[in-house]
Amino acid sequence: MSILIDEKTRVVVQGITGGEGTFHTQRMQEYRTKVVAGVTPGKGGQIHLGVPVYNTAAEAVEKEGANASAIFVPAFFAGDAVMEAADAGIKLVVCITEGIPTFDMIKVKQFLRQKDCRLIGPNTPGIISPGKCKIGIMPGHIHTPGSIGIISRSGTLTYEAVDQVSQQGYGQSTAIGIGGDPVIGLNFVDLLQYFKEDKDTEAVILIGEIGGTSEEEAAEYIQKEFNKPVVSFIAGQTAPPGRRMGHAGAIIAGGKGTAKEKMKALEEAGVSVAKSPAEIGQNVKEALSK
Amino acid sequence: MKIHEYQAKQILSQYGVQIPRGEVADEPSKAREIAEKIGSKVVLKAQVHAGGRGKGGGIKLVSSPQEAEKIAEGMIGMTLITHQTGPEGKLVKRILVEEALDIDQELYIGIVIDRAREAPVVMASSEGGVEIEKVAAETPELIFKEYVDPATGFIAFQARKLAFKLGLEGETLKQAVKFILGLYKVFEATDASLAEINPLLITKQGNVLALDAKMNFDDNALRRHPDIMKMRDLDEEEPLEVEASKYDLNYIKLDGNVGCMVNGAGLAMATMDIIMHTGGMPANFLDVGGGVSEEAVKNAFKILVSDKDVKAALINIFGGIVRCDLVAKGIIQAAKEIGLKVPMVVRLEGTNVEQGKKILEESGLAFYPASSMKEAAEKVVPLAKP
Repeated sequence: MSILIDEKTRVVVQGITGGEGTFHTQRMQEYRTKVVAGVTPGKGGQIHLGVPVYNTAAEAVEKEGANASAIFVPAFFAGDAVMEAADAGIKLVVCITEGIPTFDMIKVKQFLRQKDCRLIGPNTPGIISPGKCKIGIMPGHIHTPGSIGIISRSGTLTYEAVDQVSQQGYGQSTAIGIGGDPVIGLNFVDLLQYFKEDKDTEAVILIGEIGGTSEEEAAEYIQKEFNKPVVSFIAGQTAPPGRRMGHAGAIIAGGKGTAKEKMKALEEAGVSVAKSPAEIGQNVKEALSK
Repeated sequence: MKIHEYQAKQILSQYGVQIPRGEVADEPSKAREIAEKIGSKVVLKAQVHAGGRGKGGGIKLVSSPQEAEKIAEGMIGMTLITHQTGPEGKLVKRILVEEALDIDQELYIGIVIDRAREAPVVMASSEGGVEIEKVAAETPELIFKEYVDPATGFIAFQARKLAFKLGLEGETLKQAVKFILGLYKVFEATDASLAEINPLLITKQGNVLALDAKMNFDDNALRRHPDIMKMRDLDEEEPLEVEASKYDLNYIKLDGNVGCMVNGAGLAMATMDIIMHTGGMPANFLDVGGGVSEEAVKNAFKILVSDKDVKAALINIFGGIVRCDLVAKGIIQAAKEIGLKVPMVVRLEGTNVEQGKKILEESGLAFYPASSMKEAAEKVVPLAKP
């Protein structure tokens, strides 16, 4: 099993005719993701990569039954695209776009509260259930089907974790990048709830980083509600305060959001916290053999 | 992005938020002229991107235009050292010359984005003039907060609540409400990430003004505020960071001597962390982007080797969509063009990793190959030791 997506998921790509949209739609098609439609305002009626293009997300839902969206729209227009998808009744929106202003995202989140829609990202590699469906930009071939769930604020560091667990002989049920921005859609706690209900997920890797308090919230939830082994790594133990470390959300502000605080909270919740990023795979093996 | 106090005050005054009369001077004679124009006692304030200026001698009260010129001579061109500048200090290029006011009370108003609530929060405190982090740690009950509903924006009653909690009344209360509402308007209209008035001044006459002003902006939104983008002061930034920003590279200079070049921000931080766990210290954070183009590798290479503190470097690339053989070619080309000035450990993983490794080996260049992060860190840390 997997969470949020599977082989039946019908994907519309918003921004399909752009450079990034085209490139990654091809990669998703190669992975056999069911890309059923594209949206580019003004280009409705065209066929692109063998997929019908519509002017609006609502048409893509009506004509092709799209129930998930991947967004490759430039930053200043991406918030608009997320809200359009939600308004069209799409249940899962994966926003790949990096660089969306925080105020735009605050308004998007406010809008989504009134809709039946889950947002992944923005500034995320996306979501993959190996062998079933990939919505995003991660390299499909490094993933294998299996029993480990991964939730991460990072892109390439997630690939590193996937690689390490593969070397230990484990595959993934679903791997999700939640995004590196300060205001994002689904968070660690939301996704842990899904993994709790997924009977094929045996353990979860949680990859956090400096900034914000979502790791601390995850620790609280794990302690109270989560019954599967969790392994974690927090990036940025050597990051200086007050500086944005690449991701807009990775910043220690006013002395808050340090790796140390997050690691402590997770350890106290019984999570196996890897001090070094090289220990993630090994810690998963140990957690599962207990 | 950060701006200077005088720039923040310019923006505030455009939105009708009260600030003291004053102008910025880059020469002592200009400071005298401004003081003459103001016609009363003035305060000279060094303009650098750092707090704690008063203790470092960056804020001086003077009583005449002549004295203003004399003191300004000492301030303009001085290196100001405060607890926020680091031991190397910051060069003062400009000073703000402002009317000196009779202080009755020093309060605090600040606006930031609360990440957990996903909304702006307006904070007020009676404890102005000290660092708000200190107040938050020691007497959190003296900080009052109002969260902004994104659907309605900040509402007048919320500003009134804050002003009453600060113990204000009469005309002063009215002015404070107007001030807080105005400050929020600035915050939202400019896509700020921080607007902090510390202290917020209540004069003996009961007037409300911004004695100091600090504003930071959301980098992601800057392109829709060209007027604010122009306020960027490159002299306040680390030269290598300015250089890196021209190439759209995420680079941050740190104190150690192990340079690193990594694709992706999370992996870049993790690489810094593993260097520390292996007994070294990272010289920088450098993210060449998840995709890694050949151009990005070359530019990153340049930045890395131009940092004199770097004694050895670690290149850690996880090739995903981008193939390792292409990354290897990019690294070799950069090394040939720029030269291998320090020992370099290269760790490639991911798509076409075997071809990538082979290309590096056959290049004849003296790279140290590594096949895991752990091995890479264990190789690079001793190489950086003197």
